[in-house]
Amino acid sequence: MTALLALPRLALGDRRRRTLAYVGLSLLVVLGVLVAGGLAADPAQTTSLADRNLGPSADHWFGTDRLGRDVLARTLTGLRLSLLVGVAAASISAVIALLLACLAAVFGGVVDRAVTWLVDLFLSLPHLVLLILLAFALGGGTRAVVVVVALTHWPSLTRVLRGRAGEVMSSDYVAVSRQLGRGRWWIARRHLAGHLTGHFLVGAVLLFPHAILHEAALSFLGLGVDPGEPSIGVLLAESMRYLTAGAWWLAVLPGLCLLVVVKLVDTIGENTRALLDPRSHHL
Amino acid sequence: MAVDLLTARLRGAVGRLLRLVLLLAAVAAASFTLMAHSPIDPVDAYVGGDIAAIGPEQRAQIAERWGLGDPPLERFGAWFGQLLQGDLGQSLTFNQPVTQVIGERFPASLALMATAWLLSGLFGFSLGVVAGVRQGRVADRAICWWAYTLASAPTFWVGLLLLYVFSVSLGWTPVCCAVPVGVLAEDVTLLDRLQHLILPALTLSIVGVAPVVLHTRHAVIHAMASDHVAFARAQGESTRGVVVHHVLRNAAAPAVLLQFAALGELFGGSVLAEQVFSYPGLGAATTAAALGQDVPLLLGIVLFTTVFVFVGNQLGDVAHARLDPRVGRRPSRGRRGRDGEPAGLPAAPEAFPPPPTGEPEPAGRGVR
Repeated sequence: MTALLALPRLALGDRRRRTLAYVGLSLLVVLGVLVAGGLAADPAQTTSLADRNLGPSADHWFGTDRLGRDVLARTLTGLRLSLLVGVAAASISAVIALLLACLAAVFGGVVDRAVTWLVDLFLSLPHLVLLILLAFALGGGTRAVVVVVALTHWPSLTRVLRGRAGEVMSSDYVAVSRQLGRGRWWIARRHLAGHLTGHFLVGAVLLFPHAILHEAALSFLGLGVDPGEPSIGVLLAESMRYLTAGAWWLAVLPGLCLLVVVKLVDTIGENTRALLDPRSHHL
Repeated sequence: MAVDLLTARLRGAVGRLLRLVLLLAAVAAASFTLMAHSPIDPVDAYVGGDIAAIGPEQRAQIAERWGLGDPPLERFGAWFGQLLQGDLGQSLTFNQPVTQVIGERFPASLALMATAWLLSGLFGFSLGVVAGVRQGRVADRAICWWAYTLASAPTFWVGLLLLYVFSVSLGWTPVCCAVPVGVLAEDVTLLDRLQHLILPALTLSIVGVAPVVLHTRHAVIHAMASDHVAFARAQGESTRGVVVHHVLRNAAAPAVLLQFAALGELFGGSVLAEQVFSYPGLGAATTAAALGQDVPLLLGIVLFTTVFVFVGNQLGDVAHARLDPRVGRRPSRGRRGRDGEPAGLPAAPEAFPPPPTGEPEPAGRGVR
């Protein structure tokens, strides 16, 4: 018995193991949500007018909404959508950031200035206003949200990667390589790639929560996914009308689930960053 | 000497103004291109629900009058020319000139954002100092955990929680709007306004506190580990004295810079908070413009918020230079690209260049 109690403590003692445990745990949660969200797609749209606006109970853990739909099923479906949007958006944005940062570092000069200028231009607007503008320009809808969220999250990561790449490119061994007559691409592949991989992965993981939250925000404002589809933002927007009547479960529980998922992913990113670069303590 | 300084200041100001103008032109061109390629039909958007009552001839007349058939470059020229004269067009949803809509609604948003800005700055800074001083202890861990959790909380969800707890359950604050319903504008007291303002402002400051806490904590830890603090301690200074005399100013510089750089984020938050609390500010107008397909207003708000964010960054630079004399003294402002320095990315280390040789760290001057 004592051995059993001591084992987890021993296993979670150092940061590396703890991070791996977090990664495993949250991957399980994420997979669980994906599967459950897929299974819950039908119950999420099943209306039952006899049980409208019920509080949480054994039958409906998260209660029911104004049409008697199960809020837990709707939350799971919404989370699934959030996760899919988040994965798509974070990976696309991270790849854009990597490409731009590498271009800036490898070619330097005008290209570098152009990339910096582009980053500044994208950061000159409040992010949400930029999202609203783009979502509006694309005509709204689920596809527009994915595109918009994917295309606007790269500037900050580009800046980080570019700074990192600039450091590498100005180091002595790169200068030596240049003197030895190595080409730009050889240097990029052999010297730059290894240094950027870690930052790129961590950056991509840390983009994920932002992407999810922005998708939810757009949907909440009514500019995101189609209102018929259960997304967390849509659920919360619908809950607003019933909040004054005391239906707290409509707002509190779906939002809490979103918070937990976002926090899990964020913790993975932060811990991995701390593993890769112990000196950085930034947000 | 003084003349030199003056011309340098002037040159800096002119350079900033020039950059703002270039930025606005770029943003205007980019957003115009977006709108021109949007699948939304401007005539449909203008006419709205009555579209069935309009024949093809009338459509053609409206399109003709608006010059929709003209080449895009010509349309851009016409629009930009009006922009230069300060005419942003007519808002469709509010049936007012865009400048008037922004002018009327921005003060409400500004009051909200200023309250939230001060609250989150003060809370964030104090919590960050506490966490940094008590590094590794329970207080530090609790504060860090709290900050990281808040960083992943959706703004509108926090708003809904507060709305439910304080307005619906406890009934302490009103459910909506910026002023009491059914009261004449001249009868509204400052207390009324504050009562309507406090929940949205609290929402924004709760969500916005996280970056300030974490950066301040980092700066405090950095300052606490420095030589001048060790020296002060060796002279018998108490922890309290060390923090007050030797750490606070060092930690304040990055926090202030961050707070100013977060103005864009704050405006984004106010869009959401104003939606939750039905607060009639510029954020709510942004949502209304996008939902009501009100292109002139949306473009007006885009340009206006660009100026807002730019001014915030410039103020941040000035305040940072005041607090940290090393920054102002650098001949050129280092690498360009301070504008909109994203919160939470390795921006802070720049605030700690190695101290110039032979000079004490600024806060070290207080050593007795």
